[in-house]
Amino acid sequence: MTAMPGARAPAPGDLRLIVRDEPLSLAEHARWYGPLPAPGRPADLIAEIERSGLTGRGGAAFPAGRKIRAVAQAAGARSASGAIVVANGSESEPASRKDSVLLSHAPHLVLDGVELCAGAVGASTGYVCVSPQSPGAAQAVTQAVAERDRARPGGLPVQVLATPDGYLSGQETALISALNGGPPLPTFVPPRPSDRGVRRRPTLVLNVETLANVALIARFGGGWFRSAGTPGAPGSALVTVTGAVGRPGVREIPLGTPLGEVLRRSGLSPGSAAVLSGGYFGTWLPLPAALRVPVSEEGMRAAGAALGCGVLAVLPGGGCGLAETARITGFLADESAGQCGPCRNGMPALADALHRIAFGRPGQEVIGWAQQLTGLVAGRGACHLPDGAAGLVRSALTVFAADLRSHAQHGPCPGAARPAILPVPARRPE
Amino acid sequence: MTQRQGNGPRHSLELRVNPIACDAHGLCMELLPELIIADPWGYPVIAPGPVPARLESLARRAVADCPTLALLLTKRP
Repeated sequence: MTAMPGARAPAPGDLRLIVRDEPLSLAEHARWYGPLPAPGRPADLIAEIERSGLTGRGGAAFPAGRKIRAVAQAAGARSASGAIVVANGSESEPASRKDSVLLSHAPHLVLDGVELCAGAVGASTGYVCVSPQSPGAAQAVTQAVAERDRARPGGLPVQVLATPDGYLSGQETALISALNGGPPLPTFVPPRPSDRGVRRRPTLVLNVETLANVALIARFGGGWFRSAGTPGAPGSALVTVTGAVGRPGVREIPLGTPLGEVLRRSGLSPGSAAVLSGGYFGTWLPLPAALRVPVSEEGMRAAGAALGCGVLAVLPGGGCGLAETARITGFLADESAGQCGPCRNGMPALADALHRIAFGRPGQEVIGWAQQLTGLVAGRGACHLPDGAAGLVRSALTVFAADLRSHAQHGPCPGAARPAILPVPARRPE
Repeated sequence: MTQRQGNGPRHSLELRVNPIACDAHGLCMELLPELIIADPWGYPVIAPGPVPARLESLARRAVADCPTLALLLTKRP
């Protein structure tokens, strides 16, 4: 174990969120980061988070300060009942591990964030929702909650719950529906969770990594937060690197680090063909062309991609990006809640078209139909599943244009028969 | 303030579908083909942008007549 540096702000270049391999106990956590600052005026904390430029780390990259302010305002307008804070560690994205790794290693950082946000929005209850695939994370958080209760009885009551299985369960409105005893499926907005969420109360749902950063900003300030990252993408982020790399796993990077540097540190295999940024909702980027793209929402957007939940999945040379995309599209079609007509009809059609493109000898009419379907499903669901699938397929048809021509002329490439780089979970029983 | 200002745009309403509630009955497309067309499965696709003033009353009727109350007329942000 490395020596505790004593309570100080992590210097530029230091890891901020996951500082060692084993979880930090409450006492170790307090020694490492310093004690949780005494609650000041809620407005001050919200203003500091706004100054920091922290954005949500669950995938949508919405400004965290603005989200917290909306809940504080809705709760302030309704004096009788308090607000609710939900820490979202559901991590339904199959390729992502970063939320579970964070919860397993730094549960107190996340719980500090829950406490601080509860103070800022006037919440009387907190929930931490953990992936059902990560019993280790659930155990670490449960122990941490018990430790805090013993150290300071009468604090904020926090419940630890396993999110139901399913790709959509971690989506904000689906999670609220599940916490309300309903099915874990997205609901139509409005009402916004900030106005009416868990038990019809104003509800703040933040990703666990976002909350861990709130705990650091409350201690060291928004200016300190900006000492890592870029002006347009401040702070650090946890990314999950997977696929054709020698050292896959979760790592913390300053936002704006070039993609090539992140991938090389993970042991990028030479000759790799492409990288899928943002997971199964994500976008393909060609390699080596994209190695200079800064890993941040801002940098990825400029390259026509998104960082989303921080998954970077590398397709090896000789792999078939069309086959990977077809399997993922099939998975997304299976995971569609089937609540919205365009998604219920369009997603199976899109999955079928991609299957024919990847594993058959596609004519121009199939390719054109796939392209048309992306336009027919995007933006037409209650949640963003069809938008994510459309973006994934569009990027695949662009980045793998040469493979597409080859499949059209000669049938599937040898890579299409290789094992999947991006595994899709087994289909759930009906 | 409720009074309209000078020559600024009077109308800033837009149509939205609640896709969970929509069952593709198609009444909205019958009433307002200028703004709403059917996709290959019969579900409504709405033209982006504000509802033109001359179509506002038809839009209100489409909203009122939707059997599943899936069509919404909202103020544009």
